[in-house]
Amino acid sequence: MIVTGKGGVGKTTVSVALGMRAAAEGKRTIVCEVSAQENASRMFEHTTVGFHEVELEENLWAISIDPDESMREYVLLQLKVRAMRDMLFRSRIFNYLAAATPGLKELVTIGKIWELAQLDRKVKSARKYDTVIVDAPATGHGVGFLQTPRTFANIARVGPIHSQAKTLDNFITDHDNTGVAIVALPEEMPVNESAALEHDLVEEVGVAVDRVYLNGLYPERFSKEEAEKLTALAAADDGAAKAAARAALSEFGRARSQRAQLARLRRRAQAPVKTLPFLFEPDLGPEAARRLSKRLA
Amino acid sequence: MSPKSPTLADVLDGKQVVICAGSGGVGKTTTSAAIAAGLAARGLKVCVLTIDPAKRLADSLGLEELGNDARRVDPKLFEAQGVEIKGELWAMMLDPKQTFDELIARQAPDEESRDRVLQNPIYQQISGALAGSQEYMAMEKLFELHTEGDYDMLVLDTPPSRNALDFLEAPRRLTQFIEGKSLKVFMKPTGFAAKVAGRGATVALSVMKRIVGFDLIADLAEFFNAFSGMVDGFQARAKRVNKLLAAPTTCFLVVCGPQGEPIDEAVYFHRKLVEAKLPFGGVIVNKVHYPAEQLRGDDEDLPGTLAEKLGDEDLAQRVAANFADYQALAERDARNIEHLAREMRATGVIRVPYLDEDVHDLAGLAQINRYLFATGEERVAMAAGRA
Repeated sequence: MIVTGKGGVGKTTVSVALGMRAAAEGKRTIVCEVSAQENASRMFEHTTVGFHEVELEENLWAISIDPDESMREYVLLQLKVRAMRDMLFRSRIFNYLAAATPGLKELVTIGKIWELAQLDRKVKSARKYDTVIVDAPATGHGVGFLQTPRTFANIARVGPIHSQAKTLDNFITDHDNTGVAIVALPEEMPVNESAALEHDLVEEVGVAVDRVYLNGLYPERFSKEEAEKLTALAAADDGAAKAAARAALSEFGRARSQRAQLARLRRRAQAPVKTLPFLFEPDLGPEAARRLSKRLA
Repeated sequence: MSPKSPTLADVLDGKQVVICAGSGGVGKTTTSAAIAAGLAARGLKVCVLTIDPAKRLADSLGLEELGNDARRVDPKLFEAQGVEIKGELWAMMLDPKQTFDELIARQAPDEESRDRVLQNPIYQQISGALAGSQEYMAMEKLFELHTEGDYDMLVLDTPPSRNALDFLEAPRRLTQFIEGKSLKVFMKPTGFAAKVAGRGATVALSVMKRIVGFDLIADLAEFFNAFSGMVDGFQARAKRVNKLLAAPTTCFLVVCGPQGEPIDEAVYFHRKLVEAKLPFGGVIVNKVHYPAEQLRGDDEDLPGTLAEKLGDEDLAQRVAANFADYQALAERDARNIEHLAREMRATGVIRVPYLDEDVHDLAGLAQINRYLFATGEERVAMAAGRA
């Protein structure tokens, strides 16, 4: 399951929540962070997630996929002769090419995701996962990121990179085993963008978009009649009651405009839309993700 | 917030280039458009540039679409929102691929080398969607417009990056790649690299060929050969672009949101700007929950007071609970912004409140514009006054 969407919509929180949900269902699950910013680590206090599989709780694992480490691991798996590997790692051209070739980092990152999803893991003594959840890069880069294998397959035309890139492309576009979830916010432009993103993912990349999560939906705390009462209070009163009435009216206004956006998203999205509540919590830590995970049933 | 804290107009006084940087989803595009509109209202001829396939800028400026050429925004549209544009407001959405092609055409010594580059499969890939080229092309276009000198002020909305830092690093990565001199020597397709570079390099190359395939290596070699005539031109240009970015007439504004993660990223980005000796102008925090200052502890029995005034106990409970939620968010935002201001040693953090209406049109833009160009005190008053 690949989780994507524009920046700042809560992809990481949703990814972790999906991971918790799958783990709770008894599936051995891993959440992969790809942008090397350790966002997911924030979600799990006291645990540093690096380029190794860390168990966070029962059935739930996490990894932060670092492209340099993935490249290293890839070479180790390709070249069995130690002397050759050492020479390659020391080689200036290799290091230069590895750092400078556009898209190579994305390619090896996807390669690692593929490796994690294999029933027959390439990495020695590694166990298999039932579910792999990828916290993918933001919108613009998201489409480019998922297209990388095809791009490489086209550039390389023949040879080992071609066939491996092809394998990765098939893996991403395998509708039976790989799905994409888009995370959106209930605002005008994010709704437009997620509709456009869904279109690009389906038409250009050819992946299966399974679901659109509308994140951060305000609860409907007040009715229209109540809002009228509160408007009168806000106009008449002073001090705390006035401020409280205003905050309530703010909530009412946002909840309403968000419902309108939800309706727009439902009209425009092809995949089913599922809503996730706005959490009135100062910091979105593991508890927030857990609460969301309960809403994902 | 001190009353002496500079306004955005003070910060931007005497500048020619403003670069709005920040991670995705923090309202960079809206902020860039509002800044450009504010400066145009003050009599400048301003152009706002974006690389934004999602057409956010076009949407928020009321334009049907934007292209690689600048378009003038109809001042009447702003007038209708109570903003008088004394100068001129222009906008463009740049097409990275087209900009890159134009750059190649300009740098190529002759038509043949131009076509060799344009038709190379590797060039076709890097000039399109791959990370790095967008950022580089944004700077390139900025430089071009600045050199032409048609505008008093250029406002750049940086591309939506995974990480704001990509914007600073990508051009360097890309130029390094294009300039790959050492590599070029090793990868001559004729294979006499061994004589030049010694045995180690050749063996490494043959190992690489085994992993990646000969075609790819050959394409790369061809790519570097095709570029060879342009490397000096690119280097010279990159130097001038960097000089523009570091000029005292340029100003980087960091845009972020009030949550922990965007704040941490903004702090990190600021540090990198300082390290790179790039001119930092200030920080804008969007969607801030303003606290209702007179409140906490003011009324010990808020639910009771509310129940009395509303004549509905259940509603009063909900209003009080909702208020407590909002206050908690406002307190969090205040804490985060204080941390941000301390880390950046910024005198005036510009806080744009979380407006009740979703900002996606000119009315919203005009509202954001008023907050951006107000003094700190005015902003607090405006936030308190809105219903």
